[in-house]
Amino acid sequence: MKEIVKVVNLKKWFPVRLGFWTTLFSRKQLFVRAVDGVSFNIQQGELFGLAGESGSGKTTTGRVILRLTEPTDGRIFFEGKDITNLSYEELKPLRRKMQIIFQDPYESLNPRMTIMDIISEPLRVQGLDKEVDVEEAVRSALEDVQLVPPEEFMYRFPHELSGGQRQRVAVARALVLRPKFIVADEPVSMLDVSIRAEVLNLMLDLAQKHKVAFLYITHDLALARHICDRIAIMYLGKIMELGQMDDIAKEPLHPYTQALMRAVPVPDPTARRTEVVIKGEIPSPINPPSGCRFHTRCPQYIGDICRKKEPKLVEVQKDHYVACHLYSK
Amino acid sequence: MALLDVKGLTTYYEIMRGYVKAVENVSFSVKKGEALGLAGESGCGKTTVALSLLKILPANGKIVAGKIIFNGTDITKLSENEMRQKIRWKGISLIFQGAMNALNPVYRVSDQIVEAIRTHEPHVSKEEALERAEKLFELVGIEPSRVTNYPHEFSGGMRQRAMIAMALACNPQLLIADEPGTALDVIVQAQILKLLKELKQRLNLSMILISHDLSIIAETCDSTAIMYAGKLVEYGNIVNIFKRPLHPYTQGLISAFPSIHSERQRMYSIPGSPPDLLNPPSGCRFHPRCQYTMEICKREEPPLVEVESDHYVACHLVKSS
Repeated sequence: MKEIVKVVNLKKWFPVRLGFWTTLFSRKQLFVRAVDGVSFNIQQGELFGLAGESGSGKTTTGRVILRLTEPTDGRIFFEGKDITNLSYEELKPLRRKMQIIFQDPYESLNPRMTIMDIISEPLRVQGLDKEVDVEEAVRSALEDVQLVPPEEFMYRFPHELSGGQRQRVAVARALVLRPKFIVADEPVSMLDVSIRAEVLNLMLDLAQKHKVAFLYITHDLALARHICDRIAIMYLGKIMELGQMDDIAKEPLHPYTQALMRAVPVPDPTARRTEVVIKGEIPSPINPPSGCRFHTRCPQYIGDICRKKEPKLVEVQKDHYVACHLYSK
Repeated sequence: MALLDVKGLTTYYEIMRGYVKAVENVSFSVKKGEALGLAGESGCGKTTVALSLLKILPANGKIVAGKIIFNGTDITKLSENEMRQKIRWKGISLIFQGAMNALNPVYRVSDQIVEAIRTHEPHVSKEEALERAEKLFELVGIEPSRVTNYPHEFSGGMRQRAMIAMALACNPQLLIADEPGTALDVIVQAQILKLLKELKQRLNLSMILISHDLSIIAETCDSTAIMYAGKLVEYGNIVNIFKRPLHPYTQGLISAFPSIHSERQRMYSIPGSPPDLLNPPSGCRFHPRCQYTMEICKREEPPLVEVESDHYVACHLVKSS
C-alpha cells in the first residue's frame, strides 16, 4: 500500500500569553505543548483514528498536518514530499489533495450561500471552475454523499437541511476536489444517534471504493472501534499506543488505553459494568508531568523510572507500538 | 407505591405558528430507590418532561393535560408558592444539562449552594447552610475546603460534582439528571456515573436520568422509557427492553449504539429525520421512518400495551401479533 501522509516527531507549542508585568519580569516564555513529538503514517485508503481526551492534542495534530496551523518542529510528508516548509503558493496545488471536515455542520457552512455555492467554492479557490463543469462536479459530489436527487439540494440553503444532511454537504465539499486525504475532526459528535451512522458509513465507503485516506479524530472509542483500521491513542500531546484497531480493542497494552477502554459504557444492561481505574483529570499541558506524562494517574506505576525517564514508543507486538516502561526493557 | 407517578402528561409550547406538541400522553412511574432512564434523540421531549415535573417550563410552555403524582399529591394542581416550598429541591431536584456552565462565574460556589439552600429553607442560617455545603462537597468527592472557590478554579468534572452537590442540598427524594455525561471525557464521565450510582444506593435516592446515550442508561438505570417525537414508544425493565426491544424505533436506536467489545461491523442508522412537532405525523409518529409501516400505522395511534410483565410498547405490530 502507498503511504499518503507521514509525520515525524511533529511538535506544536503555543506560546502562553501573559500579562504585561509578568512578561516584563519573567525570563521564561511558557508554552502549551499541544503536540509534543508525534510520529505516524497513514496509508492510501486507510481510516486512521486519533483518539484521546479533550486537551490531548488530537485536533491540533490534524490541523498541523494540513498546515492550517504551523508546526513548531518536526516534518510532515505528503505523498513522499516534505511539505513542512512549503510556501503558501507551493502548497496551494497540494491542497486539492487534502481536505478537512469540521466538527459542527451548523457552524461550518455559510448560511448565506446555497449548497451549490458551498460545494463549488473549493473549485473556485483552486481556479478549476473554468476547466471543469462546475454543476456536474457538484452534482456528482452530492451523489457521492447520497443527497439525491442532487437538483433537489443544490439550490437550497443550509438552514433548510437537517444536521445529518448538512454534515453530508460538508463531506461533499471536501470531496469535490477528489482529494486523497481527508482530516475528519469529530464529524459526528454533533449529530443525532440515529443519523450519525450515515456519515460514518459514507466515510467507510469512500475509503474502500475511492481509496481516500482519513485521519479520523474522535473521543468516542466505541465508534472508533467500528470505523478505524488503525488507531493512535494520545495523551497530553504524545502517542501512548498505536496499532491495528482490532488488536488494541481486544488487548490494550498501555495502562492508559486499558483505563479508557474500561471506562466506555456498554449498551447492554447485563454486561460487565465500567470501572474507574484512574483518578482525577488530565493535567495541564503547560507543565506536563516529567518522565511518562501519565505517571501521575497511572494505576500501574512502577517507580522512579516512570517519573524520571520518558518511555519511547516501541514495537511490542507486530504493528503494535506502546510507550510504557512496563514493556520497554 | 411508586414515589412518582406520571399519567398522561401532555405539554405544549405555544409559538406564533401554533402549538409545538413537545410531550404528548406520557406515562411512567419511578419507585423509591429506583433509577429510570429517559432516552431519545434531541427534540423528542426528554428535557420538557423534566421541566414539567418541576413546573419550570418557559413562559410559552404549558402542561395541558395529565397528572404528576408525587408522594400522593398531584403537583400539577399546586401553586407556584407551594411548588417552591414543598416540591422543588426538597422533593425533586434537577441537575441541568451542561451543568458545567450552569454555575454563575462571578459568585463563589459556596454562595450559590447557600443561596439554593436558603431559598428553599429560609429558616436555615448562613453558617448552617455553609456547613451543609461543605458536607455535600465531601459526599460528592471534592475537598470541602474548596467550597469557597470560584467555578473557574474547578475542572469540568468538579463543576459537575458541585452541581450534583447543589442538587442534593435539601435532601430530595428524586433527582433528575439531564445529560449528566455529555461534554465530559470518558474517564470523567465514568467517574460521575459511578458517583450517581453510589449516591443512589447510599441515600436511597430515586433518579431520572435523561440521556441520548443508551449505553449510559444501560450502565446506570433499572428501567427505561424510550421517547420519540414527544411520545413514549417503549417502557419497562431495562433488561427486557435491551434484550428484547419490540418497537422498531427502539430496535434501531439500540443497533445504532455499537459496543466497543463486539467485532467490527457496519453501523446502523435509521433513515430520515425526526418530524416537526408543530404538525406531527398522523397515527404513529414514527411511521414515516419505520420499515414495517402498515396502513393502520398512518391512521391510528397505537396505544401503549403491556406485552409482558414490566414491558410496555406502543406499536401496531405488537398489538396485532
